[in-house]
Amino acid sequence: MIEAQGLTKTYGGKTAVYNLSFTVQPGVITGFVGPNGAGKSTTMRMILGLDEPTSGTVTVGGHPYRRLPNAPRQVGALLDAKAVHGGRSARNHLRCVAQLSGIPQRRVDEVLDVVGLREVAGRRSKGFSLGMGQRLGIAGALLGDPQILLFDEPVNGLDPEGILWIRNLMKKLASEGRTIFVSSHLMSEMAVTADHLIVIGRGQLMADMSVRDFINTHSASYARVRVPDGEQAAREKLSAALTEQGAHVQPEDDGALRVGGMPLPRISDLAHDADIRLWELSPHEASLEEAYMRMTQGAVDYRSTADHRAGLQQAGPVPPQGYAAPGPGYAPPMGAPGMPPAGPGVPQPGPGVPGMPPPGVQPGYAPPPPQGYAPPPPPAAPQAPAGAAAPAPREGETRR
Amino acid sequence: MSYPPQPSAPAPGAPPVPGAAPGRFPGAGPGLAPPPGTPAGGGYSSPIPIVRTHLGHAFASEWTKIRSVRSTMWTLGIMLVLVVGVGFLIALAMATDDWVGAPLLSGGLFGLMLGQICIVTLGVLVITSEYGTGMIRTTLTASPQRWRVLAAKAVVFFVLAFVLTTAACAITALIHSSVLSGQTVPEYEAGDPMFKDSVSDSGELIATGGQWFDATVGAALYVSLLGLLALAVGAILRHSAGAITTMVGFILLPLIIALFMQAESLRDVQRKLIEYSPLSGLASLFGIPFFDDADMGGWGLLGMLAAVTGGMLLLAFALLSKRDV
Repeated sequence: MIEAQGLTKTYGGKTAVYNLSFTVQPGVITGFVGPNGAGKSTTMRMILGLDEPTSGTVTVGGHPYRRLPNAPRQVGALLDAKAVHGGRSARNHLRCVAQLSGIPQRRVDEVLDVVGLREVAGRRSKGFSLGMGQRLGIAGALLGDPQILLFDEPVNGLDPEGILWIRNLMKKLASEGRTIFVSSHLMSEMAVTADHLIVIGRGQLMADMSVRDFINTHSASYARVRVPDGEQAAREKLSAALTEQGAHVQPEDDGALRVGGMPLPRISDLAHDADIRLWELSPHEASLEEAYMRMTQGAVDYRSTADHRAGLQQAGPVPPQGYAAPGPGYAPPMGAPGMPPAGPGVPQPGPGVPGMPPPGVQPGYAPPPPQGYAPPPPPAAPQAPAGAAAPAPREGETRR
Repeated sequence: MSYPPQPSAPAPGAPPVPGAAPGRFPGAGPGLAPPPGTPAGGGYSSPIPIVRTHLGHAFASEWTKIRSVRSTMWTLGIMLVLVVGVGFLIALAMATDDWVGAPLLSGGLFGLMLGQICIVTLGVLVITSEYGTGMIRTTLTASPQRWRVLAAKAVVFFVLAFVLTTAACAITALIHSSVLSGQTVPEYEAGDPMFKDSVSDSGELIATGGQWFDATVGAALYVSLLGLLALAVGAILRHSAGAITTMVGFILLPLIIALFMQAESLRDVQRKLIEYSPLSGLASLFGIPFFDDADMGGWGLLGMLAAVTGGMLLLAFALLSKRDV
């Protein structure tokens, strides 16, 4: 059990974490998600007593970390960067960490087996690949057989087999009743790993809920409907019929329709009533990644813009810019606390300013999903920029 | 189990009304409900018995650490080679039939002057290599009692440096003693206060027990203290190159600055700089002080060095417990 209360950390004038309160429960995997620079590692370091919070408190198992009599036996941590002296062999590294908390030496070989580094245990960790380094870090976290485990970006640098391995390892550890707190900037990874999510952006809490609730709250689902090829008239007829009944219909590139706001059986009934055959009627669920992107749009620290190469050209007309504004910017989902003075709400290029999607967007994914489902209703969001060039005409007809 | 009140509970109206929201399919999502009946207060307890940690654990850990990196072998190895090797060469150079005018064991100074740089380097690296590699975060996570880590580092390093430097000095002293003890001191030199105890009744060059002690244990203690000071400086600066440069400057700069203070008005300053420079104490311990009428002997200067080292260590402890890692 990890409990944070009003955790705040400022470095010089920059607020890294602001008024963060959350609880991490045992028995489940809690994902700690946010864009790069959101304050994940800073929070992890404060939990581990490496950084002193500017204000607020955080306890593990009811005690501040630095008061734990034998910390590694209660909390194991994989730290973000390789926190290992590269000149030492893997075994010696684990041995000196184990000795610090009175862990018997045979436990070192045990964890080396668990992470699969037994063969290379005598080699200096300087020559390890990123994946081997992560495994060594995980071995260090498991040394004390602790009931609380923190993993900072554990899948970084792991190959697919390694990712699957750590995912299953974490699930097994959680099923034993341990508290697992794992940070990542990859929502897709958390979708298949975590049970519970804590989302932060710009150092502030954005969501603290189960993965299921997160999807339900922050995205919506739709149905794909396809009439037989070439029956253009039927397609338009169906589209009209559905729209009339309150559904929210968008044509897709391949001739199908994307229907939101209506259950599948009802779509089928309406098609049947209109005497239209269907070749496809399939459910689609918005991915966690989409929900996450929508939520953190306004909270991305490092945003790229299109490279117009204007600096290399003679003076002339500026080429047209990428695409327009993401949808309704970031709207705090739960009446977010006031932003710290240093980091005002949505300082980044707000909607209306042409900007590229945040880094990490998968190709083919457009940040403002324009059709199908509506953005989460901005709850009296003062920060949701009004009059944004957002495609909001259909907002009214969403679930609700 | 239940989660605590969540500030982020789904906004009113957001939960799907069954049947109304299309395409929401139970069980299709990746999320899993927390397993029911999970104990609330930390549900796992390890079968491995938990011991109460103490300073002894930190000693064991630091001993493993210092043994398992190559920089220890290199610095200490080079120190041994320099002290014994240079000492041997000097002994050979002084091994003439004629009296060369130095106390029996004084030739050990020159090798140790070079060797002390190795000890200083190791002292710095013991702590800064952890900062440089990020290992310090692992260490301080494993032992949030930070003072324990620094204390163990200081003790383990100091003992190791002291034992090996003493050995190196002892070997050098034995070489000098065996090569040079046949020399005879001329009558006119025997009265010099510098050779008060260094001449046997038959006029041969000898070393007293006190001189042996100064040139081995005393000199090793002095150099180990310098190394400990380097460790404290490393803990304060947290940067290898910066700390090593600082320490080399501390050892050499007083003499270099004094070299250029030739003006008459600066005579006193020049003399104090030389008299209290770190090398002066070492030279005194080998029986060849920079000034015959110095205020303080070798052991007095060693005491001063110990005081400075203690002060810097206290500062290092205070900063370590206060600073973010």
